[in-house]
Amino acid sequence: MYILSNTVNASNFVHGVDKAFFLIMGISFVFLIGLTFTMLYFVYKYNNKRNPVATQIKGSTKLEIIWTIIPTILVMVMFYYGWAGWAPMRTAPKDTFNITITGRMWNYTFQYENGKNTDTLYVPLNKAVKMKLISLDVIHGFYIPAFRIKEDVVPGREKMAWFIPEREGQFELFCSEYCGMNHSYMYTYVKVLPQDQFNKWYADTLKHVETAVDSPTATGKRIMKNIGCFACHTVDGTKLVGPSLKGVYGHPVTVTTNGTDREITADDEYIRRSVYDPNADIVKGFNKGLMVSYKGQLKEDDIKQIIEYLKSLK
Amino acid sequence: MQTATPVPHDVSYLDYQGKYKGIFAWIFSTDHKRIALLYLYSMMTMFTVGVLLGLAMKLELIAPGRTIMGPQTYNSLFTVHGVIMIFMIVIPGLPAVFGNFMLPIMIGAKDVAFPRINLMSWYFYVAGAFLVLASVLFGNGTPDTGWTFYAPYSFKTGTNLLPAIFGAFILGFSSILTGLNFIVTIHRMRAPGMTWFKMPLFPWSLYGTAWIQLLATPVVGITLVLVALERIFGIGVFDPALGGDPVLYQHLFWIYSHPAVYVMILPAMGAISEIIPTFSQKHIFGYKAIIASTLAIAFVGYFVWGHHMFTSGMSGTAQYTFSVLTFLVAIPSAIKVFNWISTMHKASINPDIPFLWAISFIFVFMIGGFSGLVLGALATNVYVHDTAFVVAHFHFIVFGGVGFSFFGAIHYWFPKMFGRMYDKVWAKVGWAFFFVGFLTLYSPMFYLGMMGMPRRYYDYLPEFHAANILSSLGSWVMTFGLLIIVINLFRSAKNGAIAPMNPWNGKTLEWTVPSPPPVENYEEIPVYGEKDGPYEY
Repeated sequence: MYILSNTVNASNFVHGVDKAFFLIMGISFVFLIGLTFTMLYFVYKYNNKRNPVATQIKGSTKLEIIWTIIPTILVMVMFYYGWAGWAPMRTAPKDTFNITITGRMWNYTFQYENGKNTDTLYVPLNKAVKMKLISLDVIHGFYIPAFRIKEDVVPGREKMAWFIPEREGQFELFCSEYCGMNHSYMYTYVKVLPQDQFNKWYADTLKHVETAVDSPTATGKRIMKNIGCFACHTVDGTKLVGPSLKGVYGHPVTVTTNGTDREITADDEYIRRSVYDPNADIVKGFNKGLMVSYKGQLKEDDIKQIIEYLKSLK
Repeated sequence: MQTATPVPHDVSYLDYQGKYKGIFAWIFSTDHKRIALLYLYSMMTMFTVGVLLGLAMKLELIAPGRTIMGPQTYNSLFTVHGVIMIFMIVIPGLPAVFGNFMLPIMIGAKDVAFPRINLMSWYFYVAGAFLVLASVLFGNGTPDTGWTFYAPYSFKTGTNLLPAIFGAFILGFSSILTGLNFIVTIHRMRAPGMTWFKMPLFPWSLYGTAWIQLLATPVVGITLVLVALERIFGIGVFDPALGGDPVLYQHLFWIYSHPAVYVMILPAMGAISEIIPTFSQKHIFGYKAIIASTLAIAFVGYFVWGHHMFTSGMSGTAQYTFSVLTFLVAIPSAIKVFNWISTMHKASINPDIPFLWAISFIFVFMIGGFSGLVLGALATNVYVHDTAFVVAHFHFIVFGGVGFSFFGAIHYWFPKMFGRMYDKVWAKVGWAFFFVGFLTLYSPMFYLGMMGMPRRYYDYLPEFHAANILSSLGSWVMTFGLLIIVINLFRSAKNGAIAPMNPWNGKTLEWTVPSPPPVENYEEIPVYGEKDGPYEY
């Protein structure tokens, strides 16, 4: 169980949240067991076979006052610990490492200040990380159970979440707010690396391009994977919510443009338009409005690489 | 009531032959008892659908990956399961069935204040139910938004959402009219001498509930209309793409839907407050404290909706204010539990089947309530919000609380309603399976939520597998118990032993009329004397 396992102190919030959790659970268990046994004892002791005549007692003001005041004090203590564990989540320190997190149906992408773009969240150990949360379509939930943080990612609003990772390792990152068909597949991982390893990873922006020389299509595939295209588009001909990309390039496609059907050839310009203005031409048999523009997330160069990759999907 | 020929008093409401014959004698009847049974049968039909959907969901979750259906189907299942169970079962729930049947009899009246409106509210119920079912069967795909219809996904989805929303809207009117009817009935039609503080606790809980129905339901009605307008005309209230605010939708939705939880649970508590003194053969402990806690829950319940939205984006001040208020609303529920258990002290307890349901209600309700404290506190809410923990919590409250109370109530009032007694051995066997199955089904979800498994997940990671298997097994045990209970009741309604007028030695007024009651309940309206009261043993 997360709350008991080795994720203890995975982030700076774990201690405060778990303290509130154990306090509430502890008090609750005492009451649950106490009240249940009292009830069962009464049922046994005052069974009509043992006690044929009931003693009529109508109430007791003293008892009513006692069992109003004691629970009131207890729940206010619970409130306090709940508040104390939560308050630090609201304000991030000044000196933070900043990452922009973009949610869309159905993946998260992570953009770093040096232009790095990934589908897995890499963070440095023991450093305050501040995240700008952006949604391009519907509400998503940014949830890392091991770190005890969750914040909804709401379109039209810029939200913030922050944490200090205090344990090296890999942790799950889920979408917690229901967002449509593949909601349960909208998860990825947080990788916490020691500062030196993280720096090495962070500076590594050029390496991938170099490997691309070996295989001209690898870069395009990597870009598409990082930005999450494959959540909706397969490369093996299987139909998901978006059309499969297998054998599309250079072939005719029937699309609906402004309500009228037409047949066009999937050329460079069509691919470019499908990424930047995806609702202009809708492939027949698919729904409008599910995909949003990747303008600002993908550069012209990226699209060229993607086209190279698509050409290879015969 | 205004019929020219007086209704014969020695004919039960079940045998009465009025103007209409056959099924029309029921669907055109304005008798509150017949309307109650109409609700009971239509709710049981919808409940069967809801249970089957739930079973299919649990079967899908027995293993990771695809088991019997795809993700789109699964998403539609939990949406329709939620809409049916919330809007058609637990919200009308006890008021529509036992409120309609027992309220007039318990306060010494011949019917509710507006019998025709009462029948109309059942028509609305049926119309709403048909619309929701139509959204499943026709159009381009079953709704897949979840029962909460959250914006902006509810504008993005291509599925057939409008009929479902319109159905929920009409069901809201059914609820409002029932509430209005009960408020007027309770104010105007109590038997002479039955002062407010001589009224039994079940009518009291219906009174608190009725005010919530009347005041809160219009908010969700307006909200659903706005969603429909947004979907059809794109007016831009909730959709950020049109300049709207999706968080505003959540506020409006929960301003109704949180008080709606109290619409569900207050009458459930009311029924428990009747069963416990009867089977303890003892005056209820703290009669006025229970009434005060009912009214406190009904009132404070309006101001806690924000605890559904601690991660949605509210100011810090709003967050901790809602957290404090949420903890305050827990106190009156605790007071009720203390009073119920104290009623058993020095009592003479007959541990018959309705009493078993009542004490198991107290047990599961406490678990639901305590897990609610975890969700009321800010730090822990952020951790387990939108996870299986929340699903476990509200099933313990809504199904554990309302469901156990409903089954308790039907076993308690069944001899009065049908004039026959059920088989008590089978009733106990059914209860045992149901109770064990219920705990096996929902308890693992607390654990899953604490592991971090989000809710509304069609598929899950391997570490969540074991607890999901257990939960799915529980669903079969519980459904088996449910089958025994329902078959036993159905058979007994026709062939059970003839029930006496007062099989449990209850002191409330419904036990003073024949079983089943005659058409107009009382030949002469009863009069409450100085010394009379609902729990004077």
